[in-house]
Amino acid sequence: MMPLSGDPPRSRILSAALVLIVLTLALAPFLFPGAKPLNVAAKVCIFIALAASYDLLLGYTGVVSFAHTMFYGIGSYGIAISLYSLGSRWDAIGLGLLVALPTAALLALVIGLFSLRVQTIFFAMITLAVASAFAVLASQLSWLTGGEDGRSFRVPELLQPGTVFIPRDVLGVAVNGRTLTYYIVFVCCVLLFLLLLRVVNSPFGRVLQAIRENPFRAEALGYRTVLHRILANCIAAAAAAAVGALNALWLRYTGPDTSLSFSIMLDILLIVVIGGMGTMYGAIVGGTLYVLAQNYLQTLMGTVSTAAGEAGIPILPQLFHPDRWLLWLGLLFILSVYFFPTGIVGKLRGGSS
Amino acid sequence: MSAQDMDVGAALPKTPRDFVPLLLPIALALVALPFIPSTSTRITLTIAGLAMGMMIFVMASGLTLIFGLMDVLNFGHGAFIAVGAYVATLVLIPLAAWMQADSVWLNLAAVVPAVLFAMAVTGALGLAFERVVIMPVYGQHLKQILITMGGMIVAEQILYAFFGPQQIPLPLPASLRGSFQFGEAAIEKYRVVCVVVGLMVYFAMLAILNRTKIGLLIRAGVENTEMVEALGYRITRLFVGVFMAGSALAGLGGVMWALYREQVNASMGSELLVLVFIVVIIGGLGSVTGCFIGALLVALATNYAGFLVPKLALVTDIMLMVVILLWRPRGLYPVTSR
Amino acid sequence: MSELLTLSGVETHIGRYHILHGVEFGVPEGQTTMLLGRNGAGKTTTLRTIMGLWRASSGEIRLGGARIETLSTPDIARAGIGYVPETMAVFSDLTVKENLILAAREGEMDQTRLDWIFGFFPPLRKFWLARAGTLSGGQKQMLSFARSLIEPRRLLLIDEPTKGLAPAIIGALIDCLKEVKRRGATILLVEQNFRVAQEIGDTVSVMDNGRVIHSGTMAELAADEAMQQRLLGLSLDTHQ
Repeated sequence: MMPLSGDPPRSRILSAALVLIVLTLALAPFLFPGAKPLNVAAKVCIFIALAASYDLLLGYTGVVSFAHTMFYGIGSYGIAISLYSLGSRWDAIGLGLLVALPTAALLALVIGLFSLRVQTIFFAMITLAVASAFAVLASQLSWLTGGEDGRSFRVPELLQPGTVFIPRDVLGVAVNGRTLTYYIVFVCCVLLFLLLLRVVNSPFGRVLQAIRENPFRAEALGYRTVLHRILANCIAAAAAAAVGALNALWLRYTGPDTSLSFSIMLDILLIVVIGGMGTMYGAIVGGTLYVLAQNYLQTLMGTVSTAAGEAGIPILPQLFHPDRWLLWLGLLFILSVYFFPTGIVGKLRGGSS
Repeated sequence: MSAQDMDVGAALPKTPRDFVPLLLPIALALVALPFIPSTSTRITLTIAGLAMGMMIFVMASGLTLIFGLMDVLNFGHGAFIAVGAYVATLVLIPLAAWMQADSVWLNLAAVVPAVLFAMAVTGALGLAFERVVIMPVYGQHLKQILITMGGMIVAEQILYAFFGPQQIPLPLPASLRGSFQFGEAAIEKYRVVCVVVGLMVYFAMLAILNRTKIGLLIRAGVENTEMVEALGYRITRLFVGVFMAGSALAGLGGVMWALYREQVNASMGSELLVLVFIVVIIGGLGSVTGCFIGALLVALATNYAGFLVPKLALVTDIMLMVVILLWRPRGLYPVTSR
Repeated sequence: MSELLTLSGVETHIGRYHILHGVEFGVPEGQTTMLLGRNGAGKTTTLRTIMGLWRASSGEIRLGGARIETLSTPDIARAGIGYVPETMAVFSDLTVKENLILAAREGEMDQTRLDWIFGFFPPLRKFWLARAGTLSGGQKQMLSFARSLIEPRRLLLIDEPTKGLAPAIIGALIDCLKEVKRRGATILLVEQNFRVAQEIGDTVSVMDNGRVIHSGTMAELAADEAMQQRLLGLSLDTHQ
């Protein structure tokens, strides 16, 4: 139980699902040859890690922040700007990380100092405002960020698709730089997840949960509530920035739409809530379901929509139009908060926590 | 002499009314105006700022009161703004002929019912929202934020489904087009109307809050709901009324904004929500006057900045919020004890 | 002597904490019952439970024979209970006048009654149009009292009225309570100040650890120092 920090899945079905997911992701390049499935797999890894870092805030600390994608974006842009300006070198990556992660943590610190002394609601509103401002800045400072178009860059040679490691195809799949990049993303996301698991199961993590349950009692017991919340905020921000860096590395591109858009914020909010707040594993389950659904369910919706249109039923074609993806997700989200507050993981573990 | 007419004795303790925030918009103008070259531009920008401020105030006032009284933060408030605008559009499109006619009366005959209908619909929507979505999660802030956010998303998507993603044009009524000429300055008629409407809303709210028993209950309830109940008032019934009123005001604000921009689109609610939040935070959660001043400050600052430092215009509201919070961490007039 | 208020087996949980463990006592009609006990014994919780601010998880609370533990707070107040909380809870943003207008739920305030209140608490007349937030602690307590007296109530629940107040103000409060008593009011009073308790209390219930451990007359308790020591941890002389 050491790697899981003493926090096992506690449910047979859940364990089975997790093993399945992790194995599939680990062997993805060989199980699903082709660019698109590998993209989906990478996206799953990234969303899982990002959602896990958000769960630290939302599920374990009880803090609603809308600025999480901002930190994710800082990580993405850090790598992008660095590789763009300094060329495709490994030390550029290092530098990007060295700048982005502390920046994210520092910004989280400032925001926290400013607004965590007051209420949850205040903090939520302020993070919303700050994140919007940041998105605006990112598109305005185009000399640095590439504006609306974002930044494309070249990755180090080892990671480029042209670099072939094994001359023959292994299991019908070419093992090249992309494969290596994928495994870097996969391994780093796994490590981040385990790290976060460690944090929430440490004494620090337990204090966070105590604070979430009853802030007044926690204060009375001598815990510096605000300090802990700020620390959690910083850790989550740094983790999100790290994930952002991985994302940039994989896409070889960073732009406002891939890293700062509010829809990403909503995505991880939905993932954490539907997967299960305060469980960490909810991020894995939720993230996988979400990305899969987003890619493949939309086609299903499209079929329903055209069918309804041909049948002449009013309004249904518009409601089921693939672009209205968010409508159904939003409904599912609301229903989750009401009826499944513990999410999928909670339900699998046996109901009320 | 009845008890209500009792006179006060000579010795009243000095209650220094907090006038400083009231002077802020004036201070802002005084700082910015010298940098603006021509008088006509100064007037135009200031009126534009006042008009925009009034619209935002109308949208935000409901939110701040709802939060102050009910401790409910409705992240779905933007939905009411958008719905109000769309409902008004639905009414005004068939009445386009009246809107374009040159007679003030015909114009009003089109606009007024549209506004009233929009407010009625958003008020009713507010009722439904409060009973169905919010009531089950009273007191649980986290769930409230999540659920109302979800509600906002769903509402916006439904608007997209029904009305499509493209913008729908909403031309101003003929009699409100154009401007008044004051020497060199051209003051848009519609902006003047907005200012008038906004002031009316503000003073009406103040009157209700300060001179009626319901207002008394609201002001007391904002401070201490428990004690109001312990005095025998079923204040939860008042909550619903306040929520409906707040939603109707959001609808009114949405109509005003849509006419200002002369178009409606489904995402206007969520776009304006950030601005509304900033104004509410600046003003202090629960304070109507704070909200009024906050709205004026934000609008004036955005307009002046738009002319003087365009690159910064989009973040002036955030910067203003930061500055004010550094001065008063809980907003200009923090009313609630929470 | 019939009991106006009766509590039987009342248990209250707040979150995960079990505060009241089966509270049993009664408040005789027309008398003043003191609720005494150490800090944390559950006295304020008891008052709040009676008032419906916290829901009793089990047990019965009867007012004049009718069960009230399932009613909402406004309905309990309308049944005729006036509440003076430990925190005074005056509405700071409202004037003294507005505070009392709110309290006089039935309508216009009775001028005679108001004059009677002013008799005990002259500052309220003086600061009639001042915002309640500007009053001193003692004046706020006077206002809190006045709110519960502006209309006749069947039962008054008063929580630690003299805490932190100057002796002169305590004197005014005691005089007021004595007059209210003389007019036949039923009062349940939580008070740490034993001198005050002795002066106005007719009957007494002592609480400890969420239970009532003794009920009897004030005269009996005042006379028995050993009992005082046992129940309250301090004797009359030291407990001021």
